[in-house]
Amino acid sequence: MVGYVGRRLLQSLGVLLGVSVIVFGLLHLTGDPTRLLLPLEAREEDVRQLRALLGLDDPLWVQYGRFLARAVRGDFGLSFKHQVPALALIFQTLPATLQLTAAGLGLALVVAVPAGILSALKRNSLLDALCSVGVLLGQAMPVYWLGLLLIMVFAVGLGWFPAAGRDGWTSIVLPATALGAFSMARIARMARSGMLEVLAQDYVRTARAAGIRTFVVTYKYALKNAAIPLVTIIGLEFGILLGGAVITETIFAWPGVGRLAVDAIFSRDYPLVQAIVAVLATLFVVINLVIDLVYTYLDPRIVYVRSAR
Amino acid sequence: MALLSVEGLRTQFATGAGTVRAVDGVSFAIERGEVLGLVGESGCGKSVTSLSIMRLVPPPGQIVAGRIRLEGEDLLDKDAEAMRRVRGARIAMVFQEPMTSLNPVFTIGDQIAAAVLAHEGGRRRAAWDRAVEMLDQVQVPSPGERARDYPHQLSGGLRQRAMIALALAPGPQLLIADEPTTALDVTIQAQILDLLRRLQAERGMAVLLITHDLGVVAELCHRVAIIYAGRIVEMAPVARIFEEPLHPYTRGLLRCLPHPSRFGQPLSSIEGAPPDLRGADAGCPFAPRCPLAIESCRRHEPALAERRPGHFVACPVAVV
Repeated sequence: MVGYVGRRLLQSLGVLLGVSVIVFGLLHLTGDPTRLLLPLEAREEDVRQLRALLGLDDPLWVQYGRFLARAVRGDFGLSFKHQVPALALIFQTLPATLQLTAAGLGLALVVAVPAGILSALKRNSLLDALCSVGVLLGQAMPVYWLGLLLIMVFAVGLGWFPAAGRDGWTSIVLPATALGAFSMARIARMARSGMLEVLAQDYVRTARAAGIRTFVVTYKYALKNAAIPLVTIIGLEFGILLGGAVITETIFAWPGVGRLAVDAIFSRDYPLVQAIVAVLATLFVVINLVIDLVYTYLDPRIVYVRSAR
Repeated sequence: MALLSVEGLRTQFATGAGTVRAVDGVSFAIERGEVLGLVGESGCGKSVTSLSIMRLVPPPGQIVAGRIRLEGEDLLDKDAEAMRRVRGARIAMVFQEPMTSLNPVFTIGDQIAAAVLAHEGGRRRAAWDRAVEMLDQVQVPSPGERARDYPHQLSGGLRQRAMIALALAPGPQLLIADEPTTALDVTIQAQILDLLRRLQAERGMAVLLITHDLGVVAELCHRVAIIYAGRIVEMAPVARIFEEPLHPYTRGLLRCLPHPSRFGQPLSSIEGAPPDLRGADAGCPFAPRCPLAIESCRRHEPALAERRPGHFVACPVAVV
């Protein structure tokens, strides 16, 4: 078990190193950034000065080494636009994004997992049909359209919730719903098919033949097995939602990392874009690591299979 | 009174392509402490018969007629909770596939303990101790450690022992063993059969042994029922089936067994294939493959009749 965790930690570090190369490359993606940073009428001398200031005259690997050494200390430089450390800006906005993502995913889970399980248990019933329609709608609606729809109906029309901003708990309801709808549909579908598959397994029949109560068979024996593919999806969804927050935050004027990223990109604020990508990628890697560790609890076969190699 | 008596059991599956009559009027009884073999080829209704007794026939299967009496109580009259209390505690079942019949994400001990707790309640600790004791009884080495293992950590033979421990933990009067050795290596098969015989004798437990393997029948059974196309065609004490089979199908089955006197010759087989169970035609289901069939066989379905004391045959042409 300890060996497995250690191995997964090392792998995660490898992934983060790869991420650092990509983040570093972002600055050079559009060629020499100095031309983009300076106004068109800038003199050749100004360009040279800025190149020297940014260290762009050094060989690429020296630049990368410098970038990496700073990045591990959390130093991505000053935001061009705001003139404060990029990381500080992110840490100001990250709680709002995490809150929105957690609310979206939480809402998705609370609705989707029971709905999926009930659909599987009452297969081909009216409830199952209703859930299928819900899944179809959830997966077919783009988040920006659903967002606008929610604003029109519940904020403008009924006036139940604020249309934008982050002020009190009511303000999170609409963005979380918009953000979570797609995940909700996906998770419900996975929960249903996972349960159906598990309920048809021989060991479920064994448990029933031994006189185990139906409730225990369904919610302990079957669910723990069905949870294995579900956890994968939930982990991936969390990452997708973090990214998806960019659109939702823009629509609902939610002061999170997503909106910060959009602003940073439009104002060519390279250090800030780099820092955001690095932080989100790190979060993603950490979530994946956590998911892998949850697996070992859910499925005892995983650790042994991997250590046998 | 017989421990279990099954009378006129019919179990059908309504499919898009017609109704499959998987079990079509099966009657038999098992006495306390008796081992009855239910023998037939794949798809003849053996497993559906056993699942019907447990009332675990998967949908769209349905028991449409018959009585299943356990010590006189009709199991088909019981509600879901009453039936749950029968399963495991009074009738237990061992399945064919030890690889897939145990839950992969719980330890062996947990699964056996859950069966004990489901019927006797009490403390988890006590149930766990019983699980370890049961593993010891089915001769699993170091039962205390194995109880903490997950199914994938055990060999096929050990898994089947664990499966038997799980079935026997609540102390059932009747064990239904559905092809308990089919998925195992030959040497392991012999060990499991020995174990079943010993446990059966020690506990005075009745066993309904479902198999397609006549060798297993000879090892273990007191009586045998031969089933064909959802119907019992012959039922007799085990020695009589092997020495003097009456039904043409039983004879055909026995001729299919390898025998030292026919060494070097190809194994024989029964011509033709079992009938489509969706058909509703009258007559003996074996008639199309039967070398002795006469005109009336195709028109009237023969009833199971006692042709010799304790020897029942559903064939009017069978030579006594």
